[in-house]
Amino acid sequence: MKHTLSVLVENKPGVLVRIAGLFSRRGFNIDSLAVGPTEDPNLSRMTIVVGAAEHSLEQITKQLNKLINVVKISDLDPVKSVNRELALIKVNATSKTRTEIIEIAGIFRSGIVDVSKNSLTVEVTGTIDKLEAIEEMLRPYGIVEFVRTGRIALSRGQKE
Amino acid sequence: MKKMTGAEALLKSLEEEGVDIVFGIPGGVLLPIYEAIYKQDKIKHILMRHEQCAAHAADGYARATGKAGVCIATSGPGATNLVTGIANAYMDSVPIIAITGQVVTPVLGTDAFQEADITGITLPIVKHSYLVKDVNDLPKAIKEAFHIALTGRPGPVLIDIPKDITTAMIDFKYPEKLELPGYKPTYKGHPKQVKQAAKAIMESKKPVIYAGGGIIASDASKELVQLAEMAKIPVTTTLMGIGMIPSDNKLALGMLGMHGTQYANKAIINNDLIIALGVRFDDRVTGKLSQFAQGIKIIHVDIDPAEISKNIEAMIPVVGNAKDVLTALAKEISKFREKGEKEESKKAWLDQIAKWKKEFPLRYKTAGNGVNPQFVVEEISRLTGKKDTIITTGVGQNQMWAAQYYNAKKPRSFISSGGLGTMGFGLPSAIGAQFGRPDSTVWVIDGDGSFQMVSQELATATINDLPINIAILNNGYLGMVRQWQQLFFGKNYSQTCLRADETCPVGCSQPIDECPKYVPDFVKLAEAYCAKGIRVSKKDEVEPAIKEAMKTKGPTLIDFCVAREENVFPMVPAGASLHEMIASEEDLG
Repeated sequence: MKHTLSVLVENKPGVLVRIAGLFSRRGFNIDSLAVGPTEDPNLSRMTIVVGAAEHSLEQITKQLNKLINVVKISDLDPVKSVNRELALIKVNATSKTRTEIIEIAGIFRSGIVDVSKNSLTVEVTGTIDKLEAIEEMLRPYGIVEFVRTGRIALSRGQKE
Repeated sequence: MKKMTGAEALLKSLEEEGVDIVFGIPGGVLLPIYEAIYKQDKIKHILMRHEQCAAHAADGYARATGKAGVCIATSGPGATNLVTGIANAYMDSVPIIAITGQVVTPVLGTDAFQEADITGITLPIVKHSYLVKDVNDLPKAIKEAFHIALTGRPGPVLIDIPKDITTAMIDFKYPEKLELPGYKPTYKGHPKQVKQAAKAIMESKKPVIYAGGGIIASDASKELVQLAEMAKIPVTTTLMGIGMIPSDNKLALGMLGMHGTQYANKAIINNDLIIALGVRFDDRVTGKLSQFAQGIKIIHVDIDPAEISKNIEAMIPVVGNAKDVLTALAKEISKFREKGEKEESKKAWLDQIAKWKKEFPLRYKTAGNGVNPQFVVEEISRLTGKKDTIITTGVGQNQMWAAQYYNAKKPRSFISSGGLGTMGFGLPSAIGAQFGRPDSTVWVIDGDGSFQMVSQELATATINDLPINIAILNNGYLGMVRQWQQLFFGKNYSQTCLRADETCPVGCSQPIDECPKYVPDFVKLAEAYCAKGIRVSKKDEVEPAIKEAMKTKGPTLIDFCVAREENVFPMVPAGASLHEMIASEEDLG
């Protein structure tokens, strides 16, 4: 079962290595990890996707909480949160296929961020499903290079 | 505000934390700090002979006093030598502050002379650590370090200080407030959980308390004994918990687990409620996890939420400090009683326990006028019984015999390396303990193998005129490993004989009278360090030697030449369940 942990940490040197080290030492696997600043300059938010059973997820959370620089951890419910990921896909493109690729990109509401004689680079944002779908569509043209940011997520606003 | 150097600010900060002693060894990058140490007289510095022992001394000091122990080492090898000592403190939740020198900040990360990334190296074995890169952050780092080390589940904190930080100038002001938004340990147990636990105790016919280091750390021995007596619950302790309840108390079952008493293990198998207090269900206690406490209700009290249900699922978890939770539990039980709630009688259970204690006592076969290691421990126990005594141990058979046969009556009187199992812990931790409690009698119960890992600290003991007594249970083997080789590896004594030399037959599997002489001669070794050395090889010499040691002002080492192939029993083989306990040699068939 995949879980998305949103971890608020103090913005101090060495925090990332403490967290990454804890995962490896306790034998937990990280699927993806994205980190960046928050509205508070003293805090950073890490979004960590882990594959773990309920019992080990509890251990991960408890062990993370023991780190002095970890301020708060939430296990985000996929229904009650917004999940996004960004991908850049460099795909082979000839004068013949270029239009088709641009069309596919358009369907996925993604943009072309680089173009050359032999390739196009598509920028796409969305859920994992969407990213996988466009990858599937572009694969026949030949994907040269591919990069994903890893998931970022926030819990949804309170509903009245 | 006063202007001073970083080094002076470090000492001033330590002083603010009430530190009056540090254990260390100077080095290149520490020169400014040692200059500051030289120029003050508030903090005493004990010059150790190896950094590992500086950490162990700080550890022994902390365990004996309940205060944080402080050790200092230089960058590179000095810092890496601390690693074992820090790991040891981490595994046993001991509050030590490790201060390391570091190369100057401009060359950090360039593989400079004596540079080691000690914050990186120690990451998995510290509660927290600091690399101070601005002198103005130094006082705050010290304040936080002591707070973190001593509160919640205690543990080691490392502070790495580059040399240029110690020479930089600072307007010194010790911070009053702490800013640790991510650190808020829970002390009081949740009232609902406590109530549920109290109810479970009332309803239990056969409860048993399994208590450990958390009781000692939170100074809750009194509360523990009170609850046990009030609710009539027998108590078994872990190695870390020895001393919380005197072993002559009717409710005391001694240690449980791999080398625990038979009655403690019978109690932990056959009860209907385990009240686990400040323990972590270590594999040396539980044996095979899947067969431990099957179908038994468990109350687990611990200040570290991550320990609860880590190894064994707890039905009633209580996150909190043992002392607070025990007090609350006793109150709840009183309330239930006042209300006239139903309470099961524990009488039949206590009768059963008394029967087991009578039927399956700790025992060993005496070796005529030879010296049994167990007998040595019993005699030390008897002869120090009336004094305020601290026992420290090495690791191995010596440690287990000390745990089984020494009657520790008070908390903080039995100091041993539990989690990491660090051979050589005995002498340096005794040095720290003796400095922390100068009026106590300190005995090291050690093995000949274990002692040789730290024998250089005899110098520290002699030079500081410490009346430490060292009992070496010398069997000429790395005894615990030899025991396992005997029991599980066909008596193939591979590299465990400390008397073997090149004249010995290949594949020797038992000692003979003509074994090569022991190297070193421990009596001469003691004398080389200007300490007293006594050799004991007959039973009737044991008592006079112990008495002689206790009369001597400085350190005394007694080389007890004990039965060579004596084994520690009872024993639960590694990986087996507690049901498969081997009671004695005869049990092996």
